[in-house]
Amino acid sequence: MSRITGLFERLKTEGKTALVAYITAGDPTPDHTDRLVAALERGGADLIELGVPFSDPIADGPVIQRAGDRALRAGTTLKRVLEIAAQIRKRSEVPILLFTYLNPVLRYGLEKLAIDAAAVGIDGCLLTDASVEEAETYIKVMQEHGLDTVFLAAPTSSPRRLDLLAKYSRGFVYLVSRTGVTGEQASMSNLVAPLVKAVRERTSLPLAVGFGVSKHEHFEELAKQVEGVVVGSAFMRLIEEFRDDPRLETELEQFTRSLKGL
Amino acid sequence: MSPLEELENTYLEARQDPKFQAELDDLLHNYAGRPTPLYYAKRLSEQLGGARIYLKREDLLHTGAHKINNCLGQALLAKRMGKKRIIAETGAGQHGVATATVCALFGFDCTVYMGEEDMRRQRLNVFRMRMLGAKVVGVTNGSRTLKDAISEAMRDWVTNVSTTHYLLGSALGSHPYPLMVREFHRVIGVEAREQILGREGRLPDAIFACVGGGSNAIGIFHPFLHDDGVQLIGIEAGGRGKGLGEHAARFEGGSPGVLQGAYSYLLQDDDGQISLTHSVSAGLDYAMVGPEHAYLYDNGRAEYTSVEDGAALIGAQTLSRTEGIIPALESAHAVVEAIRRAPAAKGQVFIVNLSGRGDKDIDIYRENLKEMDQA
Repeated sequence: MSRITGLFERLKTEGKTALVAYITAGDPTPDHTDRLVAALERGGADLIELGVPFSDPIADGPVIQRAGDRALRAGTTLKRVLEIAAQIRKRSEVPILLFTYLNPVLRYGLEKLAIDAAAVGIDGCLLTDASVEEAETYIKVMQEHGLDTVFLAAPTSSPRRLDLLAKYSRGFVYLVSRTGVTGEQASMSNLVAPLVKAVRERTSLPLAVGFGVSKHEHFEELAKQVEGVVVGSAFMRLIEEFRDDPRLETELEQFTRSLKGL
Repeated sequence: MSPLEELENTYLEARQDPKFQAELDDLLHNYAGRPTPLYYAKRLSEQLGGARIYLKREDLLHTGAHKINNCLGQALLAKRMGKKRIIAETGAGQHGVATATVCALFGFDCTVYMGEEDMRRQRLNVFRMRMLGAKVVGVTNGSRTLKDAISEAMRDWVTNVSTTHYLLGSALGSHPYPLMVREFHRVIGVEAREQILGREGRLPDAIFACVGGGSNAIGIFHPFLHDDGVQLIGIEAGGRGKGLGEHAARFEGGSPGVLQGAYSYLLQDDDGQISLTHSVSAGLDYAMVGPEHAYLYDNGRAEYTSVEDGAALIGAQTLSRTEGIIPALESAHAVVEAIRRAPAAKGQVFIVNLSGRGDKDIDIYRENLKEMDQA
């Protein structure tokens, strides 16, 4: 059983919802990331989405775009992100999902990535800009190396796509709360409930909702409907605000705790 | 994905609908000014003393470039889908102007994304778009050029997809765009083929077209794909040097990769990050070439080469002074390659796709060609 599946099974018996924390690896520098992830864990993050910075992140809003720019300027590469994952794994059993655009993966080599990611203790992979229709090789290679494949389901996804997503997803299914890119918003859209229903009809995998989640009320509201809640831009905004400030880790930890209402 | 499926279905259905085709043909003829002339550039040809060079005058179309062909087609599709708002990206501003134009014509709300660097160097087109009622949004991400404008337009589209059609301006991005954009521009090659047969009684030996995303090139190439004797030559931006970041020659300096929903030749670094590009011509200044050009390159049907900034500027001046035609900087790249090959091609017939006119580039010509400020 993968660490991701194990996490959701454990939380299910405890009646709890997972807080999935996205962080752009390498922001502000690659040396920071392990410590920042540790702070997220202390605050109660249950699963880490480790974002590989990309020069042209079409699925991301301005906050994560800027995080990626800083990480790239600091010399972050996919290879370096794998080293960061190894560093995290040395001190923690927190499930790690690699979150990346397709091109750096193609350049690195799909099979090589699967081997290396599994070796450093990464548990799964989410390719934001790969369509599930064309992902057959990717899914095969990842699963051969014991990595979960997570896909994004959007409110606009057709029934045919939802069928494929359900068929190929492992670990959990990532539901996008609204149309659009990543970024915080005031209230959760009313598109979530119908999407949850449509995906539940197709799979028994845990569901996590992301895009626009930034406060405790969102977490509470979504926790009633799904097994996981993803927060990303709100963390990256804090990291942007504090950068080299020694208070950053405490701030991240406290904010994480506040999301869960702890 | 779903919006792409909706677009594909609408397009495939419209393509079979004689009423759609009749409406498009009427607009192309009476509004855009098709067919465009195939002009024999006599003085230029005689000066070079080799090939007979014909110019396919897409620069004479309404709005000044081939871009209007695709914009009219997609505007009709947007109407068919019941969309109220159109967004677009633009590099040189020609596609932005053509989009703003069809939006005015059809009554769509219009937003055009344009890199701030491109807004600076193609400012005339920014004012044209605003005159036509479009909102021009400057993009400050990355290289502040076409690539970043496309990303921003995609972000807008996924956010406002129910009301909005994304009128992508080149043979790029995800299916059905490369197919659809090619089909809307195919009229260029269809006309040119008929015209050259009428004028010369035979097919041309070579066709030259500049390639940014590659819409004008694929439009003129496609109807000649099965004519084996016709050489198809695409010209990329050689920029100011061979180093990564100094040009936009994707075949020479790039490798296959994925950007903005397409898999094709791409300028990228060893870690798969997209490279910055440079060209004096905003319309060619893009890190990826349209995927069908990658196919034609791999199977050897078309040949791709590049022309550097300085030569394109001089080529534009040469054409202006021998034929009285000021070409767009993009099209000047194709003119230069034809000029280079013509002397050794006596008895041959060349067609250059003159995809746009040069009014928008007057500031750049002035900056770079010293004698322009002489009294």
